[in-house]
Amino acid sequence: MSIYIDEDTKVIVQGITGQHGSFHTKAMLDYGTKIVAGVTPGRGGEHINGVPVYDTMKAALSEHDADVSIVFVPSMFAKDAAFAALEYLDMVVVITECIPVHDSMKIKAFSELKGSRLIGPNTAGIISPGKCKVGIMPGMFFKEGEVGLVSRSGTLSYEIALALLEEGLGQSTLVGIGGDPVLGTSMSEVLREFEEDPETKAIVLIGEIGGEEEEKAAEVIKEMSKPVIGYIAGITAPEEKKMGHAGAIISRGKGTALSKINALKKAGATIAKFPYEIPRLVKNVI
Amino acid sequence: MDFYEYQAKEVFTEYGIPAPRGRVIYTPEAAAAYASELAVPVAVKAQIPVGGRGKAGGIRFASNPQAAYEIAQKLLKSNIKGFTVDKLLVEEKIKIEKELYLGITIDRNLGKPVVMASGFGGVDIESVKKDCIFSETVDPLLGFYPHRAREIIGNLGLKREEFKSVSNILYLLYNIFEERDCILLEINPLGITNEGAYAVDARMVVDDNALFRQGIKIESSLSYVELDGDIGCIVNGAGLAMSTMDTIKNLGGKPANFLDIGGGASKEKMKEAIEKIISHPQLKAVFINILGGITKCDEIARGIIDSKDLLDIPLVIRLRGTNEKEATRLLESKGFEILVSMDKAAKKVVELAR
Repeated sequence: MSIYIDEDTKVIVQGITGQHGSFHTKAMLDYGTKIVAGVTPGRGGEHINGVPVYDTMKAALSEHDADVSIVFVPSMFAKDAAFAALEYLDMVVVITECIPVHDSMKIKAFSELKGSRLIGPNTAGIISPGKCKVGIMPGMFFKEGEVGLVSRSGTLSYEIALALLEEGLGQSTLVGIGGDPVLGTSMSEVLREFEEDPETKAIVLIGEIGGEEEEKAAEVIKEMSKPVIGYIAGITAPEEKKMGHAGAIISRGKGTALSKINALKKAGATIAKFPYEIPRLVKNVI
Repeated sequence: MDFYEYQAKEVFTEYGIPAPRGRVIYTPEAAAAYASELAVPVAVKAQIPVGGRGKAGGIRFASNPQAAYEIAQKLLKSNIKGFTVDKLLVEEKIKIEKELYLGITIDRNLGKPVVMASGFGGVDIESVKKDCIFSETVDPLLGFYPHRAREIIGNLGLKREEFKSVSNILYLLYNIFEERDCILLEINPLGITNEGAYAVDARMVVDDNALFRQGIKIESSLSYVELDGDIGCIVNGAGLAMSTMDTIKNLGGKPANFLDIGGGASKEKMKEAIEKIISHPQLKAVFINILGGITKCDEIARGIIDSKDLLDIPLVIRLRGTNEKEATRLLESKGFEILVSMDKAAKKVVELAR
């Protein structure tokens, strides 16, 4: 088992002909992901890495069954692409960064209206190691196992996955929720999925400054039976400065690392001080 | 991007929200000349792109042109909240009977705009009691309608004419918020006078990600924040960059900066990053922490080799991931040492900076 995606998941790539879209289509195919079609307006009829390309989502779906779409479309056109996917599919993963927040709010509202799952935007995506990768993370840092990962940050989650791997610990699924201020799926929702997933034995929550995702997640952790290890980046971040991610900003004293660490501790999570001590903390609980 | 007050008021004027008569000036002479043209008491306001100017002494009043000259002389070239003042807004000082607050921002948790109004204007809205702020969230797919503006403003206990004009201003404000891609838009205070309502002060912050469609050009730059430490950091990924700073601090060192070179950085970008961090005056050591996924370690290595002459302080390089072997070969042939563990590398750089 794993959450959200597995070996049967059928994927459509939006923006498949672009630089990132074509590169990661190949990487996902190499990993074993079942990519059934791609969409790029005006490029219908072509093939990218053997994957047929269509002009519209509707045309792609008239020829293929699909479960999930992954969006690589540039930020100025990403809203339209996400809407096209949400119109028909139950899950959309938006990799694109720098999407205007007014567009993200509309994408999120439309996903809620349709009852579809939105992951991102500005995420590295999802990987269920050994089964399926709908994202841009390097597959070599992951292996199948029992640790569930949820993260707001891409590279930091790879760092922690690699640390786990080197200690022989694999992962059930990594869900990158994204680094933007307005996001589809929340950490709390991912935690509830891991709680229900029989394969996942422990969860690592990788948070950072800004917003209240981690504080809300703490409320869920209180009710969970599975152990949670938390790591929060940004102890040294100054106030009112955006730390790379649009969502990572301490504004008017809110969203500090300390407030998140305290909330998680109070909920019963174990807090890691360094990313590389996480494997040891996980081994203590499984 | 934070707009100046006068820029926000220019937008207000475009949309029909009244603001006091005013002009941007750059010299004390121009301040006096405009005050004499208005022939009424004026407010002289430092134009800096940040809130809380009033408390910091950036807003003064002058009853005659001579006083306007003297205030302008004091404010120009002064430093307020870290900004050097190079322009002032001189405005008619209107007779205010009542001050209101109107504001629109984004609720991150809901992912929706939230429209706020309060009868307690002219102060920091954070200091106003929650039950004195009336707020409503907006469905971004449906937008904001005049009747909802009236529902909110109806709570403020205004006279009939005031109620109508303030409701209309709130509706117009939402149109600006949406059409101009704002993440924060405030009128504080909205001054109620005998002749109607005026936006006395304004704050407008536009989404950096939407500048492309707002006709604003900005040069793309590295994601860099300077700090008061002595260990320079170059990292790929915002989360890992923060984690690297925290790790240095937790080991007893002091990070000098946040710098994310992003995914898939070229050797030119790496060189630019090195040039950026070495400009820090207190630097004692440099930590390059790269976990290559999209980022290719050999490309990073070439960037380091190209900037070799700039790096005359202790350097610790940690490289893992894509093309790691080629990177190690390149760097070792030039006499650099490579570490693979972030743990060991962080400890080493903290040691070197001591």
